[in-house]
Amino acid sequence: MINIVNLHAEVEEKKILKGLNLNVKAGEIHAIMGPNGSGKSTLASILAGKEDYTVTAGNVEFDGKDLLELSTEDRARQGLFLAFQYPIEIPGVSNVNFLKSALNEIREYRGEEQISAKDFLALVKEKSALVELDSKLASRSVNEGFSGGEKKRNEIFQMAMLNPKLAILDETDSGLDIDALRIVANGVNKLRSPKNAAIIITHYQRLLDYIIPDFVHVLYDGRIVKSGGKELALELEEKGYDWIKEELASNAE
Amino acid sequence: MENISKIQAFASKFKETNLAFTPTSIADAKNTLLHLDFPTTKTEFWKYTRLAKLAQLRLNQEKIRENEQVVAPLTDNGIVRITNGYITSFSKEIAGLTITPFSKCSEQQLSLIGKKADLKQNIFLALNTLYSQEGLFIEVEENAQIEGVFQLLFHAHGENCFAPFRVFIHVKKGSAFKLIQQFTASGEHLFSLPIVEYLVEENARISCDKLQMENASSFLLCEDYSIQKRNSTVLLNTFSISGAWVRNNSSFLIEGENCETNLNGAYLLKDLQHLDNHTIVDHIAPHCNSNELYKGILSGKSTGVFNGKVFVRPNAQKISAFQSNANVLLSDDASVNSKPELEIYANDVKCSHGSTTGQLDENAVFYLRARGLSEKSARSLITQAFIAEVVDKVEQKEVRDFIKNKLVELHDWTN
Ligand SMILES: Nc1ncnc2c1ncn2[C@@H]1O[C@H](COP(=O)(O)OP(=O)(O)OP(=O)(O)O)[C@@H](O)[C@H]1O
Ligand SMILES: [Mg+2]
Repeated sequence: MINIVNLHAEVEEKKILKGLNLNVKAGEIHAIMGPNGSGKSTLASILAGKEDYTVTAGNVEFDGKDLLELSTEDRARQGLFLAFQYPIEIPGVSNVNFLKSALNEIREYRGEEQISAKDFLALVKEKSALVELDSKLASRSVNEGFSGGEKKRNEIFQMAMLNPKLAILDETDSGLDIDALRIVANGVNKLRSPKNAAIIITHYQRLLDYIIPDFVHVLYDGRIVKSGGKELALELEEKGYDWIKEELASNAE
Repeated sequence: MENISKIQAFASKFKETNLAFTPTSIADAKNTLLHLDFPTTKTEFWKYTRLAKLAQLRLNQEKIRENEQVVAPLTDNGIVRITNGYITSFSKEIAGLTITPFSKCSEQQLSLIGKKADLKQNIFLALNTLYSQEGLFIEVEENAQIEGVFQLLFHAHGENCFAPFRVFIHVKKGSAFKLIQQFTASGEHLFSLPIVEYLVEENARISCDKLQMENASSFLLCEDYSIQKRNSTVLLNTFSISGAWVRNNSSFLIEGENCETNLNGAYLLKDLQHLDNHTIVDHIAPHCNSNELYKGILSGKSTGVFNGKVFVRPNAQKISAFQSNANVLLSDDASVNSKPELEIYANDVKCSHGSTTGQLDENAVFYLRARGLSEKSARSLITQAFIAEVVDKVEQKEVRDFIKNKLVELHDWTN
């Protein structure tokens, strides 16, 4: 699905990613954990096409294509979705209206027919019910005046609407209450299929009780420094990151 | 040869009017044009708007009697067409409305015109007073609730034409009136100078949408003067959609208690367009509310000016006055000068003003693109949303839709 090889990236001459490798296959869920500031959101932003970052080395293959060559919108149209760590508010732009345009532009790109008003409404109804997002919220301005948890739920609603091949969730669990966490996890699980994949960035193993990952990775100082199964998340929860830093230091000697 | 002033040279081909509003109006106008000249940018009121290009024009007043339609009227409730300052088609009869050309007005009616406007200081008012060949007096009968929207279609046509026109709208006690003023132009070097006065009596209400859609070589100077009596409401929305050079001087005198005054403006400027909105809201009476919201988007090498003055006189206690101007610059070469001003002489009042100028939120653009929207759609959605706040102040849906469609058409937005 996506193969990231030796990715180096910087912003304003600050090196953030320093040779990151990650290979995610269709049907898999990968969790990425790691200390604050290690580069997790930067990785997500680069994959989504944010131009603030400069890729200085490495490459990313997404579904057989050179991802870094594609514009942000074409990445989305190819089936990549990023749920933002900090979803922004866009006053005056209606959530459902823009989603309808987005959906139709995606369909046009894929040579598919435009969605009818009726089918679109049915889809909104189905997907907002899935993430238990109040239909009033669904039609309001994008995230404007939404609570932190509502913003996160709106991200998952949009993900459900667009049905991506690869979903990247950047700390979608933070700021969610227990019920919302279950709802969001449920939304992700419903989309799970042998054809789709997800990368889940989180600080808490709690989410991974609901969304069982196939692999857990530790991103530290711009690199994946450790990978394992779901038990790695439990170990991190218990012991923190110091032991990994120590391991790295002793390996370097 | 005698040394004549720029304004005299400018007016050399104009025809003096046969209309006189007051016994002294003609003499006062002549005197003003004799003693004042085109203001320069050293004059505070014209600091950011140059008049040099306008002053160089040598214009005629060309009488046109046939109609030319550039933009279709929105409804057919009642339409008066004014071409080059001459009435070219008259409205059908509408219950509750009396529409009279100045030439047929009573002395009592004419005596109401030009009362609060300062003819001695303002050369454009003087030009309008001395050279308007025709004018229109609109009277809304007491307690009449006029249905639908009435339209004044101002059109300038030809080459090197000067189109002054004067309108007086008397909204009598307890009545309600909705009006659209549409400004269009076809041809080159046209200067339209429509001046509209509103006298809004007790418990009366007027809403007016001005749609400015002139062309790439036209000059449009609109002056609006409103006087409000007790419990009256005025809503004026100004949409500057096209036109090379537009200046709006809007002045609101709130004489009676419990009045509502709402002024909104939206402008979308591109290429070399220049727009200057000057507003004055003068609170004389207590217990009134005024709200002012102007928003603009500027691209290309366009320039915008906002100058909003709010006066709160000593007697105007317990009023609230809000004023805001927000601008988005889409190019490095576009610029805005924004100056909201408050002068408060009463102590128990709620007032605020603010002005912002910035770029389009690039994070918002990225967010929408990350959902699959093209960059163009993303930008146009965000700019439309910015302006929509003003468009939504328009009361009639057909007018809102018209403005939105016009903006889509002219500014290459995706719908
Ligand atoms: N646009 C930027 N300009 C300057 N520095 C940046 C920028 N974006 C990220 N950084 C820096 O890069 C580093 C990695 O940031 P990033 O947001 O990717 O961390 P993270 O792993 O997501 O952290 P967290 O767990 O706190 O979300 C940080 O030191 C951050 O300050
Ligand atoms: Mg982060």
